[in-house]
Amino acid sequence: MEYFLQQLINGLSLGAIYGLIAIGYTMVYGIIGMINFAHGEIYMIGSFVALITFLALGALGITWVPLALVVMLAASMLFTSVYGWTVERIAYRPLRNSPRLAPLISAIGMSIFLQNYMQILQGARSKPLQPILPGNLTILDGAVSVSYVRLATIVLTLALMIGFTILINKTSLGRAQRACEQDKKMAGLLGVNVDRIISLTFVMGAALAAVAGMMVLLIYGVIDFYIGFLAGVKSFTAAVLGGVGSLPGAMLGGVVIGLIESFWSGYVGSEWKDVATFTLLVLVLIFRPTGLLGRPEIEKV
Amino acid sequence: MTMPSHAAGAPHVAAKAVDWSGSLRDAGFAAFVALLLTVPLVGLRTIDRPTGLGIEARPEEVVASVLLVFFGRLGLGLIGQGLALPVLFLALAAAAVGLAIPLPTQVLRLVLVAGGGIIALRAAFAVTTHRSKLTLAERDRKMDRVAAQVQHATKYIAPVAFIGAVLLPMTPLADRQLLDIGILLLTYIMLGWGLNIVVGLAGLLDLGYVAFYAVGAYSYALLAHYFGLSFWVCLPLAGLLAAFSGVLLGFPVLRLRGDYFAIVTLGFGEIVRIILVNWYQFTGGPNGISGIPRPSFFGLAEFSRTPAEGMAAFHELFGLEFSPLHRIVFMYYLILALALAVNLFTLRIRKLPLGRAWEALREDEIASASLGINRTNMKLAAFAIAAMFGGFAGSFFATRQGFISPESFTFIESAIILAIVVLGGMGSQAGVVVATLLVIGLPEAFRELADYRMLAFGMGMVVIMLWRPRGLLAHRDPTILLHGGKKPATGGAAR
Repeated sequence: MEYFLQQLINGLSLGAIYGLIAIGYTMVYGIIGMINFAHGEIYMIGSFVALITFLALGALGITWVPLALVVMLAASMLFTSVYGWTVERIAYRPLRNSPRLAPLISAIGMSIFLQNYMQILQGARSKPLQPILPGNLTILDGAVSVSYVRLATIVLTLALMIGFTILINKTSLGRAQRACEQDKKMAGLLGVNVDRIISLTFVMGAALAAVAGMMVLLIYGVIDFYIGFLAGVKSFTAAVLGGVGSLPGAMLGGVVIGLIESFWSGYVGSEWKDVATFTLLVLVLIFRPTGLLGRPEIEKV
Repeated sequence: MTMPSHAAGAPHVAAKAVDWSGSLRDAGFAAFVALLLTVPLVGLRTIDRPTGLGIEARPEEVVASVLLVFFGRLGLGLIGQGLALPVLFLALAAAAVGLAIPLPTQVLRLVLVAGGGIIALRAAFAVTTHRSKLTLAERDRKMDRVAAQVQHATKYIAPVAFIGAVLLPMTPLADRQLLDIGILLLTYIMLGWGLNIVVGLAGLLDLGYVAFYAVGAYSYALLAHYFGLSFWVCLPLAGLLAAFSGVLLGFPVLRLRGDYFAIVTLGFGEIVRIILVNWYQFTGGPNGISGIPRPSFFGLAEFSRTPAEGMAAFHELFGLEFSPLHRIVFMYYLILALALAVNLFTLRIRKLPLGRAWEALREDEIASASLGINRTNMKLAAFAIAAMFGGFAGSFFATRQGFISPESFTFIESAIILAIVVLGGMGSQAGVVVATLLVIGLPEAFRELADYRMLAFGMGMVVIMLWRPRGLLAHRDPTILLHGGKKPATGGAAR
């Protein structure tokens, strides 16, 4: 039972991270219908910016942990969103009306570019970091211990999700975003600046991915330039699992994948956890092709 | 990252007055973005210290990139407003300064020379063509004409290229290095042609093609390792096994559409790789399999100086002097034959009902389904056939390397093969060859650049797509013309 709870909490925090990345995929797919292959790399950049910010703060002599964490979060979100914006501006916007495969190849190219860019700049070796937020919260008379970092991840993700849902559902920006998702041309005719909304979608996705990157750095304490690929693939799996285009679906898909991974590692063995994830994806797509929360697609002739 | 922007619908008017404040603002904004991009990652580097991670500031590189972006953007903006000639002189001057005058840092020199050079090229282009900017549609039409000419010339180029490829090992140029590069190129050409069946003909986006390559390679390696079977027995077996795995994957997922299908194939590619890594009792795990036997001369002779008991030596059989090059030359012809077989197959099948059905499915699935084409079976056939060719290429790869490990079958390989198909222009056989020369040949030629090779590779993929979104040689003539009439002016249906 205690072991189960432990795995549950690990799975939830991991799922929160996948969910945060998956939102970027699902929003971009919803609005321009492309798989943003470079999104995993954006997450990796977020992680590196957080690491560098922490080191820079240390070099400046700022070691008060709460302040450091807030600055890391802000810097990581800011700088990473600029990367998200730039990638869209350079590699995707000129290809808005191209054949379907062109932006995909461009995205794969961008992903390869960003990976090697990071490798050249920051070195190929993995970067270890001492725990910034050590300590555990013990519950059930010490049987289950939850590290503060994982707890913070879950809480922060919940807060972000609430804020984000309000942003999409209540504000004019969110309304414009949803309008573009349904019909870009019509939204444009009604005075929505479609290019700007698409850019903002990339910025928002990148900011959330940056949070995920920072949390991964805090939880595992080691990152390298290659972490983006697998996390990206799994998060896209999460987005598809939840139903592409649906924000709650992305979060749900992320949590499901996080839980599967965590329980599979806990009870079966960590080597085969990725196989379990991908098999689940195949099964879901066969029996429920639009994902868990997706709307059924209507084929137009 | 100074690229000409192709903002859709940008008004193309020869402005009388130069909008200085607008250009400056635009360049300033670009420079600000560059500053934000470079401050954390370029300006601050992590370094490994014995006590842990340390950090190092590199302000000069940030300044250099910001300046480069500012002047680059300004230059491009001014070219767009008809000031090409002054920009050309200034850019050339900057490049000359960078070359001639000793500068404090290497970075600054690179910025001046490379930035000045690129802008000067762009400006020179604008001056000679008397126009500031080709619109995307104009450029596409122009390139389409070129592509059509190239495709029509393929009739003559292809035999020449074929004869050249056949004669290459006989020329005095052919040393080991050249042949190795030739083998590498031909392997990718074969893979590209194989994937072209799925992506170019049937219109299915397969992101896990490398899985079949891996299945083929491991089939041969394991069959040789456990049962001692020879290459010539294993080659068809490897193809069969790969085709079988293609059917196995294809059967459940082929009813998925578009990008869902793509992501499942990606997942499948990863599953195959993870199985290869983790099932170490059988596949050798991350260490791979070494000592994979080399192919014999069709089972008649071996390519070693002292062949095993009961086998003849190749050089003795033909009365030649022993040379280690014989094996390489044989390998070269082997992959050439395999690749040409794939090409021939594709060229022929396009004229058969199966190939016609694939192309119909690619253009419109619903319409072809209502004409009685069995979607699942057709797609399954495409998938299995392409997988089989991937399997052949894989077992060739295994026997050439003599060593395989899961490292060789990562997603990046799938991406490279897909890039070859798409960059060349989907469905174009000649395009695959051109794209392979670009994607594999160029980086191979610039091996010294090491780390920067993949950086340029990624950037190159983006740039080619921006420049020509439908692929380099994308041009399709209509297969059938009404009354044998005149060809329409524009190329076939563009998707």
